[in-house]
Amino acid sequence: MARTLFDKLWQTHRVCDSEGGADLLAIDRLLLHERTGGVALKSLAENGYTVRDPSRVIAIMDHIVSFKRGRGRDDARSPGGETFITETREMAKAAGIHLIDTDSRDQGIVHVTAPEKGFVLPGFSIVCPDSHTCSLGALGALAWGIGSSEAEHVMATGVLRATKPPQMRVHVDGTLPEGCSAKDIALYMISKYGADGGQRCAIEFSGPAVEALSVEGRLTLCNMAVEFAAFSAVIAPDDKVLDYVRPRVSDAVSLDQALAHWRTLKTDADAKFDHEITLDAAEISPQISWGTSPEESCAVNDLVPDHASAKALSYMGLQAAQAISGLPVDGAFIGSCTNGRLSDLQTAARILKGRRIASGVRAVCVPGSQAVRREAEALGIDKIFIAAGFEWGEPGCAMCFYAGGETFPPQSRVVSSTNRNFEGRQGPGVRTHITNPAVVAASAVAGRICAPSDLPARSKELVG
Amino acid sequence: MREKLLTHTGRSAVLLLDNVDTDQIIPSREMKRVDRKGLGEGLFAGWRYADAGARVEDPEFVLNRQEQTGTTILIAGKNFGCGSSREHAAWALNEYGIRVIVAESFGEIFHGNCIRNGILPITLSAEDIATLASVTAPADLTVDLVAQTVTCADLPGWQRNFEISGFAKKLLMEGLDPIALTLTANDEIESFFKKDAVQRPWVYSAA
Repeated sequence: MARTLFDKLWQTHRVCDSEGGADLLAIDRLLLHERTGGVALKSLAENGYTVRDPSRVIAIMDHIVSFKRGRGRDDARSPGGETFITETREMAKAAGIHLIDTDSRDQGIVHVTAPEKGFVLPGFSIVCPDSHTCSLGALGALAWGIGSSEAEHVMATGVLRATKPPQMRVHVDGTLPEGCSAKDIALYMISKYGADGGQRCAIEFSGPAVEALSVEGRLTLCNMAVEFAAFSAVIAPDDKVLDYVRPRVSDAVSLDQALAHWRTLKTDADAKFDHEITLDAAEISPQISWGTSPEESCAVNDLVPDHASAKALSYMGLQAAQAISGLPVDGAFIGSCTNGRLSDLQTAARILKGRRIASGVRAVCVPGSQAVRREAEALGIDKIFIAAGFEWGEPGCAMCFYAGGETFPPQSRVVSSTNRNFEGRQGPGVRTHITNPAVVAASAVAGRICAPSDLPARSKELVG
Repeated sequence: MREKLLTHTGRSAVLLLDNVDTDQIIPSREMKRVDRKGLGEGLFAGWRYADAGARVEDPEFVLNRQEQTGTTILIAGKNFGCGSSREHAAWALNEYGIRVIVAESFGEIFHGNCIRNGILPITLSAEDIATLASVTAPADLTVDLVAQTVTCADLPGWQRNFEISGFAKKLLMEGLDPIALTLTANDEIESFFKKDAVQRPWVYSAA
């Protein structure tokens, strides 16, 4: 019988039936971070369990760490946040799991570091008490976000109990126009079908526009699947992915065996999905959110819809049918597990080179990991950001979400390369517009929301 | 041992919005300790308090209205509990006293977190939710998990069935520890790992 890629991944990890139609699934890797992983480690110890296989569990500090350059080992970005760092560190050491501490050269946002370090490989089952774990399906892995209790369950047993979800294929036909990215595919899809549109399905992204994406672009697309109410997202691994992971496989002995297995990881021609969506990439233009859910998004040059919710409009300080392009911005943020990778920073730097951000705008760039930071600095990208007036931060989740402490002021309008424009997400009253890194950079320069193509041209020497 | 839930009768509060995310249910700034406890006060902090820092209540927020005292059931729209995986949302609701949430659909991770924390998530149609929300006084609902039915004291003759997975039902009804339950299959788990280590050796070399 023809099977989907998701069917194959599920079957490979299925240990046995469990009650009520659920299965026990073997978990190849568990990632933890200090915000929701520390509490799982604590609960595990309190309940008298130990970690069944510590070599499969990796804890990374990302959520609460300070993003100030020269931060100390315990420095948090929110008052009292140090306790999440120090307690998670102690418990990770006691549990004997792999810890990537705040001062490690491998530190970074868990979903940025995991692919970089080969913690996720095609065909893996990988979970983390973090909703954006779906990002990692970009490498052809069975990856999904869980709660802290489930993380504890994985540590104690090596498996998770799960009911196989329905499946959806999102086929993206055609070619993305110049200036559009994976982020725009995601926001376009979510605005078209709603934030509930993924209906708790395991989604497979396919089609020429998906195949054309880089590995980093695919991570961005899969990252946003949870904003579409997906259970998980996956893309069949192709040569691009295999070339990416090959140098990251720690066990060179079984590499040939692994490659042979990975080449089977694709949906059979006649396999059936419960739902199918087809998008035309050619219809997509740079997207930006106007409201307080990712579904409240549209093209940068569109108007706020006539039927916009009064609650969202009031929070965002907007009116129905108002133009989004031209709205004055107070803040800009580039970073996060969505758009904090090297290619995202390179895209923004191409716009920022030889330009300055508008006066009165606070702009911050936080690379997604130490590896991204080092590569960006080797290419001189940090200097471009700093010369443009951006702050250049130390890796972590940073301003993607507010956890207390210093942030943009209430009612300020912020363009952000992140994933959530929820009320208060970046601080009390902060009006977040999520978009791609190029639009963030261009809007910071203009001091108002705009597409990169709306910026005045630079002289040839400046563009370089 | 967790608290068991077989039947529940309680007062409902209507929060008829779509896409209520877990950042609203428990804002990150309310997560102050590495702990499952002490979160009830932070529930809906951004909406519930006019001044969250000083804990000055906003009298307009539904749960602050006098007639809502003792609310144990929430009635919500589509995609309730979307967003962040933070189990703190379920812990905060539980500590506040919420035992049942009726919504058109749920964020998937939140749905699982509820079940593991003694909160019953019930999916009903938009039409049924509108009916419940139209009861002028806060409706008193009775949920029977055994029979999988919802009834409303203010809507005589109105009864709806709801779906729930066999495992979720068992977990809620028996207050089981899921880890202990899984470990009863330890032999199967051991033999799977042995076989799998031969088939996929690259998975078994440490990161």
